[in-house]
Amino acid sequence: MRLKIPLSVSIVIGVGVVVLLGYFIEIPVLAIVQQVLLEWALILAAAALLVGVINLLSVHFRRVSGRQKNGAYSMILVSSLLLTFALGALFGPKSDLSLWVFNHVQVPVESSLMGLLAVVLAFACVRMLWRRLNPFSLLFLATVLVMLLGAAPIMGIEIPGLHGPDGLRALIAQVPAVAGARGILIGIGLGTIATGLRVLMGADRPYGG
Amino acid sequence: MSFENLASSDIPAILFVLLFLGLMIFFALSGRKKAYQPTREIPAFDRLRQVIGLAVEAGKRLHLTLGRGGISGVEGASAVIGFTVLERFARVASVSDRPPIATSGDGTLAILSQDTLRKTFKTIGVESQYDPAFGQLSGLTPMGYAAGTLPIFYDAQLAATVFAGHFGSEVALLTDAAGQNDVLVLAGSDSLPAQAVIYATAEQPLIGEELYAAGAYLKAGPMHLASLRAQDILRWILVLAIIIGAGLKFLGFL
Repeated sequence: MRLKIPLSVSIVIGVGVVVLLGYFIEIPVLAIVQQVLLEWALILAAAALLVGVINLLSVHFRRVSGRQKNGAYSMILVSSLLLTFALGALFGPKSDLSLWVFNHVQVPVESSLMGLLAVVLAFACVRMLWRRLNPFSLLFLATVLVMLLGAAPIMGIEIPGLHGPDGLRALIAQVPAVAGARGILIGIGLGTIATGLRVLMGADRPYGG
Repeated sequence: MSFENLASSDIPAILFVLLFLGLMIFFALSGRKKAYQPTREIPAFDRLRQVIGLAVEAGKRLHLTLGRGGISGVEGASAVIGFTVLERFARVASVSDRPPIATSGDGTLAILSQDTLRKTFKTIGVESQYDPAFGQLSGLTPMGYAAGTLPIFYDAQLAATVFAGHFGSEVALLTDAAGQNDVLVLAGSDSLPAQAVIYATAEQPLIGEELYAAGAYLKAGPMHLASLRAQDILRWILVLAIIIGAGLKFLGFL
């Protein structure tokens, strides 16, 4: 049955308020209801994962059947997904075959991308100066260099004032970096509370209500 | 309910949330009489508004990526902001030849992005043009998500892409690819490592709470403006509390 808008919004607000109160007020019944609701959320998230995988499959299947650009990559994705699923379903996720696929396909591919990421970040720092040359970008780059050079002795030599617990790297990591991170986190925390309250009030409805 | 059930350490937290809620309601009610505009200029949103308009004229697509954080944890808030941006995208560009698309690294986010698009298409009377493929799951592991999203920057003829959600450092692969394809990149995240990477790689980075102001700057509704005003006031209260606390500690009172 399709829910009418006011009912779906009421359910969201009601559930949200119960879960929120459960964090603040120690009443056994409220704790049980909160636990049940959170377990339902986990089950729904698992079901959503399955729906998402079906969506992924259908999008790439359409690319293959429609002979779209780069359809070959979609073909590889669809066949790999089905093959991995079949191996997991037939032999179990901890079988030698499933683990072989994980260790010899997924791990190397993800490690390669991680290696690529280091190169991309190095180039990105240089491009940032070209795109946005201002004191903040220069400070950012200088800090990155200090942190990188101070991470380990350079060819076995520790530079006084840079390495060690009293060096520049430790000073940056312990004082301005922590202060800046806390400032950013306070902003994120306030934004998160504001967003949560808007959802609880029904002003934000990311659920189609 | 009695106040004995309240843990003493939770009382300040409850009071803070209630104060936040009260300020939001107050500003929402008072904002009906006099329109409030955010005083601080965030260039990223000005640029995004320009590009949204140009994208429809140029027949280019708008893209939103919601990260891989899910909706049930703290990181869900940044994704909710993403849905607000997606709704604005859909309102402007759903009638164009290239409707907006959303990618995510979590099943719940993928379903909700489809739902947001379907709802908006229905609201403006073009539901027949809606396609579930406009909201895609692109991968479930960090690198799988990055690899699944990358082709969009090369194939989809994008004008702008917005990153709003929970990411890790893998976001650099995406922002860099988008930048190389002359796509406007506007990016914000609730994750500190992702923010550092975004600052270096994105054309228009959103730092800290700037992402959460998206609804107010994109005119998503009066409650977004009200919550932004409440955020501004509470930020100053927290700043004063920190300074006073540090002063008292320095003087030996704490």
